[in-house]
Amino acid sequence: MSISSIDPSGTVAASEMEPELNREKLLGMYERMVQIREFEDLAGKNFAAGLVPGFVHLYAGEEAVAVGVCSHLTDADYITSTHRGHGHCIAKGVDIHGMVAELMGKSTGVCKGKGGSMHIADVDKGMLGANGIVGGGLPLACGAALTAKTLGTGAVAVCFFGDGASNQGTFHEALNLAAIWKLPVVFVCENNGYAEATPVAYHCSASDIANRAGAYEIPGVVVDGLDLFAVYEAAGEAIARARRGEGPTLLEAKTYRFYGHFQGDTITYRTEEEVLRYRDRDPIAGAKKYIKEHGLATEEELDAIDARVVADLGQAWTDAQAAPWPHPEEALTDVYVSY
Amino acid sequence: MVTAAPIRTLTYLQAVNEALRVTMREDPTIVLMGEDVAGGANVDHLINEDAWGGPMGVTKGLVQEFGRNRILDTPITEAGFIGAAVGAAATGLRPIAELMFVDFFGCCMDQIFDQGAKLRYMFGGKARCPLTIRTQIGAGVNAAGQHSGCHYSVFTHMPGIKTVVPSTPADAYGLLLSAIRDDDLVLFFENKVLYGSKGEVPEGTDGIPLGVADIKREGADVTIVAISRMVQQSLAAAELLADEGIEVEVVDPRTLSPLDEETILNSVAKTHHLVIVDEDNPRCGAASDIAAMVADKGFDTLDAPIKLVTAPHTPVPFSPPLEQFYIPSPEKIAETVRGIL
Repeated sequence: MSISSIDPSGTVAASEMEPELNREKLLGMYERMVQIREFEDLAGKNFAAGLVPGFVHLYAGEEAVAVGVCSHLTDADYITSTHRGHGHCIAKGVDIHGMVAELMGKSTGVCKGKGGSMHIADVDKGMLGANGIVGGGLPLACGAALTAKTLGTGAVAVCFFGDGASNQGTFHEALNLAAIWKLPVVFVCENNGYAEATPVAYHCSASDIANRAGAYEIPGVVVDGLDLFAVYEAAGEAIARARRGEGPTLLEAKTYRFYGHFQGDTITYRTEEEVLRYRDRDPIAGAKKYIKEHGLATEEELDAIDARVVADLGQAWTDAQAAPWPHPEEALTDVYVSY
Repeated sequence: MVTAAPIRTLTYLQAVNEALRVTMREDPTIVLMGEDVAGGANVDHLINEDAWGGPMGVTKGLVQEFGRNRILDTPITEAGFIGAAVGAAATGLRPIAELMFVDFFGCCMDQIFDQGAKLRYMFGGKARCPLTIRTQIGAGVNAAGQHSGCHYSVFTHMPGIKTVVPSTPADAYGLLLSAIRDDDLVLFFENKVLYGSKGEVPEGTDGIPLGVADIKREGADVTIVAISRMVQQSLAAAELLADEGIEVEVVDPRTLSPLDEETILNSVAKTHHLVIVDEDNPRCGAASDIAAMVADKGFDTLDAPIKLVTAPHTPVPFSPPLEQFYIPSPEKIAETVRGIL
């Protein structure tokens, strides 16, 4: 089934390049979105309960972006991520149980408790790390794309970053480098309206961050980041273009984070009315509505998916709480391959 | 250890060039990237020919042999291409990136320090960063405050980075072979004042292991630990002192991270006197680090206080007499040695 035939809102333009979305794939994407939401809701709750040391930045609300983009990727493709990286990890297939354990700093974490929320990574899944440095991942994605191009693997690199990162020098350096070398990379700007507590209308000179693509003469595309299907289609075109060797695209997904910048944020910079307006456009509810209206799955089938996700994540937290802490001396390993 | 292979005479610059050729021939995943490492990209009459081969000519001729897909001219975009080199290293290439002058590290430090140096650790040992960053150091050519620093101490401070400071053509060759083949992030500091210096270089391709110091001159009375070009300054000081009957042992650590503590401690245990000579700035520097190590682990073997001869706590000045004052001289080194004997 093609997107143009299934989109109810009319926000997705018909295209000859529409990737096929069958029932199985669409339900898989739905499940991923629900996993991200449940992961984040539980992370927030358990952070408040004192089970998660350090900082957490939650991705809830932005699920359609990670899932819409990563559904085009395989383990051979690469992504770089941000401090708000849990959703990207889940969408790229990183083990959720290992992620929960990593949030807690347990030895069973995907990074053995050495990274935590802000540095979750799994290179075997092509996930090159959440990143504590705003704009830090943009040059790294160029490098992963250079590897793909040099070795001729056909892989692409997708770089997720926020609206705040678009003001960093690395954003401009990476776009230029990717453009002149025609690297197979897609820059996905998740514009959630705020760089920490500062609105995008203040911090960014461009009304659309995608306009900045023009300076590098690469395609710049704005997409509704709350619409799974719109993201899926736009990302599909950008990724296909990169795979064809035609170079990078800047894709700006206008999205919204349901929580604050970090857990503990008082969020005085947003109005309740604004938050509710976006909650009304919940990307998961939108996907669910679409699936039901098109007879792709029944309410009961979707409920069963939801229940499965909730049970699995509940188990993940139970397991992580029971898992051993790392031995203190483990702090001394993994600095070098050899030294 | 370099095996007994035929010897040739090369300049330090040629030795670096030769090590790049040897490793690029043996490993097709090696790419070299940097500003004008070839020069003349996209110029019709320079398809596989360089315009410069690096601003000093260190990478001259490489594009002829390896082509422009492996010798990559970058824009002047240090954060962009050093970061890309880190990303490439984490995903299957073995890049060599040239940071033209170490003083430019401020433009790309996040990509070195927060990304490349930390990724293996933060990812629980699952990733590696087999990247060599070559860069120029050293005062002595009136290049002034932003093109003359050493700054290897900054990088030696950082976990996840190895730092290499060759002082001779043979060391430059053998250590660069090992640096490039190494699976960790290595900063390789080439002293621009030494590029023209000549020396015997073995033809073998074994490489010199990182973390093994070399005794450049044996002596019984005092140990001088000297870094990079300060090895030559200290050998000159040793000549001055030999005329006075003072036998100096010159230890070249060759790499600062890892540091061959054993060779330094053994030498001090023999001579009971230690002077450390370092062209880098003194605060939190390599010299004070080595002094602290010997004070901690070899205090009982010392007959006199450890003395440091370093650059002052200033940027590198431009004017010739100012710059010469800045660089530790053989005379100043000899005077310091006399002071503790």
